[in-house]
Amino acid sequence: MSQRYTIRLTVNGEKIERDVEPRLLLSDFLRHELRLTGTHVGCEHGSCGACTILLDGQAVRSCIMFAVQADGHALTTIEGVAPDWTASSGPEAMHPVQIAFWEKHGLQCGYCTPGFIMTLIPFLEENPHPSDEEIIQAISGNICRCTGYQNIVAAVRRAAELMG
Amino acid sequence: MKPAPFQYFAPVTVDDALALLAEHGYDAKLLAGGQSLVPTMNFRLSQPGVLVDLNKIADLAYIRADSDGTLRIGAMTRQSTVERDPLTARHAPLLAEAMPHIAHRQIRNRGTIGGSLAHADPAAELPAIMVTLNARFVIQGAGRRREVAARDFFQALFMTDLAPDEILTEIIIPPMPPGSGWAMDEIARRHGDYALVGAAALVTMPEGDLCADATLTFLSVGETPVVATLACAYLCGARIDDACIAEAARMAGQEDMDPPGDIHASVAYRRKLAQVLARRVLTRAFQRAKDGVV
Repeated sequence: MSQRYTIRLTVNGEKIERDVEPRLLLSDFLRHELRLTGTHVGCEHGSCGACTILLDGQAVRSCIMFAVQADGHALTTIEGVAPDWTASSGPEAMHPVQIAFWEKHGLQCGYCTPGFIMTLIPFLEENPHPSDEEIIQAISGNICRCTGYQNIVAAVRRAAELMG
Repeated sequence: MKPAPFQYFAPVTVDDALALLAEHGYDAKLLAGGQSLVPTMNFRLSQPGVLVDLNKIADLAYIRADSDGTLRIGAMTRQSTVERDPLTARHAPLLAEAMPHIAHRQIRNRGTIGGSLAHADPAAELPAIMVTLNARFVIQGAGRRREVAARDFFQALFMTDLAPDEILTEIIIPPMPPGSGWAMDEIARRHGDYALVGAAALVTMPEGDLCADATLTFLSVGETPVVATLACAYLCGARIDDACIAEAARMAGQEDMDPPGDIHASVAYRRKLAQVLARRVLTRAFQRAKDGVV
């Protein structure tokens, strides 16, 4: 059972070609094949949201998609949201949603944070002035076990200001 | 790797997909949005030998309206697309109202309308909505095509009228008659979680306060969507006021269903929730009918 498929896709703007076994999950492809370990895996059955990435600009859960299905698509992971950032560039070069999480203490251990940020970027692009209720609905598919969510909601409000 | 090995095919036409089903029989499983199937594969609860991925069949993703207002939705249309398409709001506002209740945005971006219906989870919103809307499903097999009413499609827990060599390809939603009103609501511990109970209503009240037709359907109270037949019969021909709605809601919760009890909700609590939801959705639906929205 060693059937392999060649897939061609774009990840964070870079063209990628790889041979994959069809059962390889997209999350494992990103982490193990491409070494993009910013995409975290929590539950690995589509409940926790930690593995959220953008598929053609839309937030999806990479742990319940196969890598072979990403053939021909464009992906963005947390590593791709602030292309100008380097270790010496300071926080201003981060994505506004990242800056807002940093300012408002929207994270503690940080494990869930990439998933939250990937969920929130398209949400805020589509809803530039969300109500608190809309924010809570938007993050309902992401689980955080540290913060109690209050600072995450505050961070989303702040991100909306920064992006507006 | 989490899932067990499988052979993978990604046909680009329905005919090719049907040929693969014919060739591989019970070993083959169709992959639509994968938002329920892939989790079960990650747990190795399902270990299909052959996966036929429908995502490359572009012909199965569309939303169209006929001149008479009939809405036709291709089975592989993403739930987010159905949610946002203005044709949904215009021709099937009940469906539009239900869509945001389905799981979370990340799931709806990937999940498909046909995948959810064919999966037939009794806690899912779409089966109950399609039964309420009196929708019909187009089912294709090798060299044949048939239509089945949503009401006859859902047979038992995760079990439908689909044969192993068939594919659900289109959902047909008939236009609502003039004087119609609709509403959907559910109760879940957290937005996007499986609902403890959900209810959908479609009513017709063309003149005054006389109800001409009513359909009230529940999710999460049985193995399939549950139509409250006694409550619907009670409403048809009745003059609608608060007392009449309260009595219909009582009948629905107490007489029309035999809900299961589990760690999330006892039998008595589900009946109570059903009654509360029935009153809410019927009140809103009759108000919309009275307001002459359609």
